[in-house]
Amino acid sequence: MEIGLSHYLTVSAILFTLGVFGIFLNRKNVIIILMSVELILLSVNINMVAFSSFLNDLTGQVFALFILTVAAAEAAIGLAILVVFYRNRGSIAVEDINMMKG
Amino acid sequence: MGLQALFFYLFAFVAIASAFMVIWARNPVHSVLFLILTFFNAAGLFLLTGAEFLAMILLVVYVGAVAVLFLFVVMMLDIDFTKLRSTALEYAPVGALIGLILAAELIVVIGGSVISPEIGKSIANPIPDLATRTNTAALGDQLYTTYVYFFQIAGLVLLVAMIGAIVLTLRHRTNIKRQDIATQVARTPETAVEVVKVKPGQGL
Repeated sequence: MEIGLSHYLTVSAILFTLGVFGIFLNRKNVIIILMSVELILLSVNINMVAFSSFLNDLTGQVFALFILTVAAAEAAIGLAILVVFYRNRGSIAVEDINMMKG
Repeated sequence: MGLQALFFYLFAFVAIASAFMVIWARNPVHSVLFLILTFFNAAGLFLLTGAEFLAMILLVVYVGAVAVLFLFVVMMLDIDFTKLRSTALEYAPVGALIGLILAAELIVVIGGSVISPEIGKSIANPIPDLATRTNTAALGDQLYTTYVYFFQIAGLVLLVAMIGAIVLTLRHRTNIKRQDIATQVARTPETAVEVVKVKPGQGL
């Protein structure tokens, strides 16, 4: 059985679903939620690279590179905000992040 | 079943299993380590599709930078993670239901779709033959010509992220001693040394 485009898309769909499920499962822990977002971005990257390879078009790989850049910047900023928040409040539970609630 | 299919199923299975362990592990340190395993197997999948440069960049950027950053933060913050998880399973059934529906929909849509053969005529940047131009060189050809503005903007995004992270986490504590180069250099014998004449038999 030849490995085709749909095989890669199925893997990326399962990874995407696991990322979404991770946000449901670890509603309280911001670190695991950030890791789930990384999983979702990885599944998007697998989609991009698979389409690029099977359509013989390099643009998908260029775009995957930019997604990688944005994902790295997002992780850095997100973790920096987390550290500052922990310094101020002594907790990273999601339900404690309600200072701006009226 | 060829060698390529064997490796595809190996990488895909390990990637999915470790991605599941990322969200299921009780200890966040284990989660980060499973995230690294997921990235390694995703890099293997990238290699199978021929995207060699992206596979290596995935390892360098994600495993070398992002995952280590996660490890630092997990170990630096002193948090009782068992307390965070205590009521987590409350929402697991509805989350699993939504996840299953989402996965089923995605797979049905993907399985039922076919790519129009006419799309082969409108390819923007065809991948050159691997014998004449390597994947890295071909990617560089595109990145530094057609997409050079996007490349510069990506660098700007990273610069803003770096400055933002520094600005957010830097704090000046007032009660610790710091080195001030300017005052050190500006010190002269006149300002630093004081000659005191002490008369015999008297204190200062």
